[in-house]
Amino acid sequence: MSALLPRRAGTRALTTAPTRLHARDLLAEALTGLVQRPGRSTLTMLGTVLGVWAFVAVLGLTSTATGQITKSFSLLEETTVTVTDASPGSTSATSFPADTDARLKRLNGVVSGGLWWTVPVRDRIISPRPDVTSADAEAQGSGIGVYAASPGALRAMRPTLSTGTLYGTFHQSRGERVCLLGISAARLLGISRLDGSPAVFVDGTSYSVVGIVADTERLPQTLLGVVIPTTTALRAYGAPTDAPAQALIQTRPGAAQLVARQAPLALRPDQPDLMKATPPPDPHGLRDQVNTDLSGLFLVLAVICLVVGAFGIANTTLVAVLERRAEIGLRRALGARPRHITAQFLTESTALGTLGGLIGTCLGVGTVLGTALARDWTAVLQPAAVLPAPLVGTVTGLLAGLYPALRAARTEPLTALRR
Amino acid sequence: MTAAPADPASCAEPPVVLRLAGCSKTYPGSPPVHALRSADLTVRAGDYLTVVGPSGSGKSTLLNLLGLLDRPTAGTFTLAGVDVAGLPERERTALRGRRIGFVFQEFHLLPYRTARENVALAQLYVTGRAADRDRAATDALERVGLGHRLHALPTTLSGGERQRVAIARALVNEPDLLLCDEPTGNLDSGTATTVMDLLGRLNAAGVTVVVITHDPAVAARARRRVTILDGRILVPDEHRGVRAAGPPTAGKAGAP
Repeated sequence: MSALLPRRAGTRALTTAPTRLHARDLLAEALTGLVQRPGRSTLTMLGTVLGVWAFVAVLGLTSTATGQITKSFSLLEETTVTVTDASPGSTSATSFPADTDARLKRLNGVVSGGLWWTVPVRDRIISPRPDVTSADAEAQGSGIGVYAASPGALRAMRPTLSTGTLYGTFHQSRGERVCLLGISAARLLGISRLDGSPAVFVDGTSYSVVGIVADTERLPQTLLGVVIPTTTALRAYGAPTDAPAQALIQTRPGAAQLVARQAPLALRPDQPDLMKATPPPDPHGLRDQVNTDLSGLFLVLAVICLVVGAFGIANTTLVAVLERRAEIGLRRALGARPRHITAQFLTESTALGTLGGLIGTCLGVGTVLGTALARDWTAVLQPAAVLPAPLVGTVTGLLAGLYPALRAARTEPLTALRR
Repeated sequence: MTAAPADPASCAEPPVVLRLAGCSKTYPGSPPVHALRSADLTVRAGDYLTVVGPSGSGKSTLLNLLGLLDRPTAGTFTLAGVDVAGLPERERTALRGRRIGFVFQEFHLLPYRTARENVALAQLYVTGRAADRDRAATDALERVGLGHRLHALPTTLSGGERQRVAIARALVNEPDLLLCDEPTGNLDSGTATTVMDLLGRLNAAGVTVVVITHDPAVAARARRRVTILDGRILVPDEHRGVRAAGPPTAGKAGAP
């Protein structure tokens, strides 16, 4: 009942607290305005969607295509990354961690990778029988090298087996005395079949042959050699002395540069300086030159799309302002200040732009992924290009809404209300 | 509603809600248009006043001034004891939002919002708490007899119901003054009667009402009438049954 009574005029303070619009309410009003006219909102942001879509797709496709240089050059070379021990003066101990294989495997773009080195065998008497003198060995096993390789490095070599299998993490973790024979070494040693469970004796120590490698894409020197697990080699012969250990990494096409940047940090997060990664020669320079003209053209098109989108938003917002004059007049009569009106329309157009930017970014990323999948490429998207893309939409919406919003604020309330 | 403040004479002088003193509005031009000439008008709390006049008589100009949507070119205008003619726009907007409730001929309800959301809109710029706004809107709609149509969209409401929603929106901030511009202009006579009955009931409960209209039938409902003609507010023509109890005669027209 007391609510029905007007408050006494005489008891009022002379000044009235100014009306205000809280940010949350402003956002709610703007979004309500958009949601209530879904068809119009969709059409309004179409320009921004197209612009941002083109923007992201052009940048993404350019960087993806740049990564595909391997296809036209040497795939093998372009997918090989080697990491060497760059610690000064230390040849006796290796700086690589024990779990090098696993650390490399965790990197995006790595197919497989691991350690290998040339084993410092003392006498280099390698024979298929235990009791041989160095003189006999001269004739039979000369020139055969002994190499240590982790299972990851083995796979990265991309060997082709004529018989048997590769040794795996089981042998590696237990330091088993097993070996792989290169085809040339096997021929020298007279071993061609594994059904007799042949062994190779290195300085009198026996290693069971698990497989014979007919061919290999990387480390071809192992074809004339005996390859044993790194743990076995460490236990029997100690750390590498003749030549330092290296990590051999096979990457997916296009990922080599990225892997080369990340590998040292992944291997030695405490001292990445100890590791020196050698990527294949950077193809970007060449490819960039080829692509600059075309991608520049596409970027211009994307910018044109954005400008058209901005005019689309500006136009529709302006029409909305004219159409909603009565609403503006009403809000003014209800205590809205001109700046509240400006803020509302500006928020609406900015929200539209942001939404358009987000949708456009999704479509752009989808286009790049779809193209990469269809062509069997590795999609490469620069975060610096993709993450700010929705903001491009935001800025577009903000700029486009400026004039209509200012114009809305100038609406005369009573003329708007009386038609 | 039992303790109705029906008899303003029992209190010696109800407080003045608004007072125009020698207010003029002249639009520049050649020749200049004198839309309002030296108008005097006093409205006290609990008053029910109609301003009648044909089109072009200056009704719009008066509405503009009373609603703080325009400033007089001469004279003083006090609202709730504040001289508002010289106030900065920011404070005039605040006064407009908090102290004046508008009712329009066209209703001006937002089509996509429910009755309660439309009413709550009047508090958007006044209070930041959404829950309070909803509660006040519900109360206001119950006061105009629409407590059962809180969630109806304007398109599903009849003309009379729409105008009652608009009146609820005007009431929700508990204004000093309910300023109605042709409130029945878009309604048939039967519906118009229910809306005018509602305004009468609200006035009986203490709400100060000013109705601007060209319709003599609407004007006849008020306790006090003034006529506006050619920019001049004429002598109140009639005081009907409440003559003795009516507020002191106000708005002596500056007759030539």
